[in-house]
Amino acid sequence: MKPQDISRRHFLRQAAWSGAALTLAAYMPVNGQTTPVIVNPVTGGALQGTELMSWISISPAGKVTLMCNRSEMGQGTFQALPQMLAEELEVALDDVEIVFASANPEKYGPQPQEGSFSVRGWAPRLLRTGACAREMLIETAAAEWNVPRNDCYAENGMVINRKTQAKLAYGTLVEKAAKLKPPTDVILKKRSEYKIIGKSAPRKDIPLKTNGTALFGMDKKLPGMKYAVIERSKRFREAVKSFDDSETRKVPGVSHVFKVKRPVFSQYCEGVAVVADSLWAAMQGRKALKVHWNDPDFDLPNTASLEKQMRENLQKIGSHSRFEAEYGPCTQKLEASYETPYQSHSCMEPLNCIADVRPDSIEIWGPIQEANWIQADLSQRFNIPVERVAVHMTFLGGGFGRKAFPDYPYEAAFISKEIQAPVQVIWTREDDMTAGPFRPGAFYTLKGGLNTQGNIHAFQANTATQWIGQEWSPTAPGAPEAAGYNTGDFEGLLHPYRQGIPHYSFGGAGTHTPIPVMWWRSVYASTHGFACESFIDELAHLAGKDPMAFRRAHLPAPRYQALIDRMTELTAWQSRGKNQGWGVAFTECFTGICGHAVKVTRNAEGKVRIEKVIALMDCGWYVNPDIIRAQVEGSIVMALGAATIHATTFEDGKAVQQNFDIYLMPRIADIPPIEVHIMENDEKPGGVGEPGLPPFAPALANAIFDLTGRRIRRLPFSLDEIS
Amino acid sequence: MPSYKLSVNGKAYTVEADEQMPLLWVIRDLIGLTGTKYGCGIAQCGACTVHLSGAPVRSCSFPVSAVGEQPVTTIEGLSEDNSHPVQRAWIAEQVPQCGYCQSGQIMSAVALLTGNANPDDEAINAAMNGNICRCGTYPRIRKAIKTAASYSH
Repeated sequence: MKPQDISRRHFLRQAAWSGAALTLAAYMPVNGQTTPVIVNPVTGGALQGTELMSWISISPAGKVTLMCNRSEMGQGTFQALPQMLAEELEVALDDVEIVFASANPEKYGPQPQEGSFSVRGWAPRLLRTGACAREMLIETAAAEWNVPRNDCYAENGMVINRKTQAKLAYGTLVEKAAKLKPPTDVILKKRSEYKIIGKSAPRKDIPLKTNGTALFGMDKKLPGMKYAVIERSKRFREAVKSFDDSETRKVPGVSHVFKVKRPVFSQYCEGVAVVADSLWAAMQGRKALKVHWNDPDFDLPNTASLEKQMRENLQKIGSHSRFEAEYGPCTQKLEASYETPYQSHSCMEPLNCIADVRPDSIEIWGPIQEANWIQADLSQRFNIPVERVAVHMTFLGGGFGRKAFPDYPYEAAFISKEIQAPVQVIWTREDDMTAGPFRPGAFYTLKGGLNTQGNIHAFQANTATQWIGQEWSPTAPGAPEAAGYNTGDFEGLLHPYRQGIPHYSFGGAGTHTPIPVMWWRSVYASTHGFACESFIDELAHLAGKDPMAFRRAHLPAPRYQALIDRMTELTAWQSRGKNQGWGVAFTECFTGICGHAVKVTRNAEGKVRIEKVIALMDCGWYVNPDIIRAQVEGSIVMALGAATIHATTFEDGKAVQQNFDIYLMPRIADIPPIEVHIMENDEKPGGVGEPGLPPFAPALANAIFDLTGRRIRRLPFSLDEIS
Repeated sequence: MPSYKLSVNGKAYTVEADEQMPLLWVIRDLIGLTGTKYGCGIAQCGACTVHLSGAPVRSCSFPVSAVGEQPVTTIEGLSEDNSHPVQRAWIAEQVPQCGYCQSGQIMSAVALLTGNANPDDEAINAAMNGNICRCGTYPRIRKAIKTAASYSH
């Protein structure tokens, strides 16, 4: 594989309309049908007004190219997509080359890389595209040999005549196959027939990442490119009052210093850009700059006041009368509050972006999760037609949601337009860690009442947080402002609890602050999951029941019964040791269901240590088990950091944690052995990249309770302080 | 501006740079080897790890003027073809996810194995604790170091 940036026009010139290659595209019909339509651009088809997703091409040399419209930030998209195509096309995985597709929503469909969507979103199209191409090649070969189609089958890039064992390589067939219409009645393989899907295969991007050749945004260079860094306000949403650049301009290489702005939801943040011939010169120039900031016209947020506000907001939600009528009479009742902090994404690759703005076009290169949004946003803000805005994706050095936001490409475009040259804007780690948007902190109160059998009769979860939807508009419907009754969702909570619990209520209150917030890996489930799965555990203990059996009793759906049975078996739950603490938690988000069991022990110095984590992922139909294991391992490490090591706090309107010396990360010595298991079933494909994160914190807290009798209701907490 | 003669991956370079310019930016922006990464600028994350005379240093916080005669090795200098035992082990164990920190992880691991052919968990913790991986590939890093060690036995 050679990931490279390639324009669609270039791709098609090389492939489809040369007439020599077989090129197909897939789109989802707009009428709501779930079967994708496969189009051959040579024979025509409904290309207008549709959302084409992937283009595949088979060259006369037999080379298969897949234009990937998904970004690769470590989640394995570059492996999963070719695996799906190769399976139905009947070629070897190594025969598929994947190339980055630049943003073009009309041709490739939406390109966001979030919501753990690559496999579950695109499987139908890639499978069907592969199957159609295979059938067209078989039909061509059958005609060549003048035999019935059923006498032929495809294998390993060739069509084979069953009777004569004659073989024709795909490359020799593509010119004629390209003149056929794609069949509409292809039969996809059964899961039992898979040779490539469901098996671990080495990721194609990994060799590029062991020798320094993988091209990240930070590594991209253009001829004549300038470098820029930006002096940003330390306090949120301060405006530039004035600046003194006399010393900055003395730094050799510095060419421009001017005020810039960056859109953050409905507002602009201001800063002063220093542009130079080299990054080093720009950084030196920035150090010499003196900026005076206008005081923002709001109370400067700090963590203590924010937390007070969230606790007060929780009280304002109130309760639903129908819920109270059920909860009130319960003989055994429990109320508990849970508190979770703000967090920074802190991708290892700090934000950066290259822009080349011309009078009638914009071109962007960078580590980008959301190419289409950026394209549309820049088109609108710079008044350039969308087809004249090209967004090219490099590899992403981490994303976790942050690189799905269009602020940093805008900033680069703003500067390029001003200096009339291509420019790369680099964020320092301090810029990246303090500017946000952050994962919002969230506070919860939960109430539960048990019936006489010790099962949950009434369950309420109220949330006070900064709803992400409200960043665009304070009145946006981010969440219920009042508690409902037997309605709504609580992201993270396993869905069948809503069948197993007869009376439930979810309520929410928005907390408004000037701190920008956005999605962070697993979004609300990353904090909701801690609240709900800790509380379920508390209710199990209130009922005097085993936490695993208690959960099982409330989750009637067979898929969930199987999940819990498997976890019981993996943990040897019934015979777990007496002096060990075991905790378990299950959560669900982005259609992936995941359970973690954490084992803690007390060491010789009396400190509690995590001895082992067993994870069980149910993501339904899946493509590559090793990528699933890698994603869940990584999610556990990220969750461990957010639960026990780091948090973003605010003082005087600023983020306190500016770099990894204070915003401490989990390191290799902190990581316990992790086992990841995958459920085998025929459910629809579910998300993988995010659902592995939320169950860790509650499973750990539940394990600590099991060992010590102490409940953890606030994150992060230090393991060293548990005794 | 002062001029410095550097040996990077066995090749001689002459660069003109401010004496305080960190080796990281010399390697990336003046010499053009971009496998070494910027992560924090304060020697906390290890993404910029290179070898000076075989010993790992955080190049983001190491001024070019302090390099002197010592040869520099970057990720690009390990092998022509991903054949270094640590690179092979990293591929065999499918370590990288986003991959951004991995040049630094690999350089730290190579330095560890150079001094300790068969490191135990404690030695791995000590040598690798300066390298952050936000994707959380630590379990595989540990495994790959042991795999690399096994290749030379």
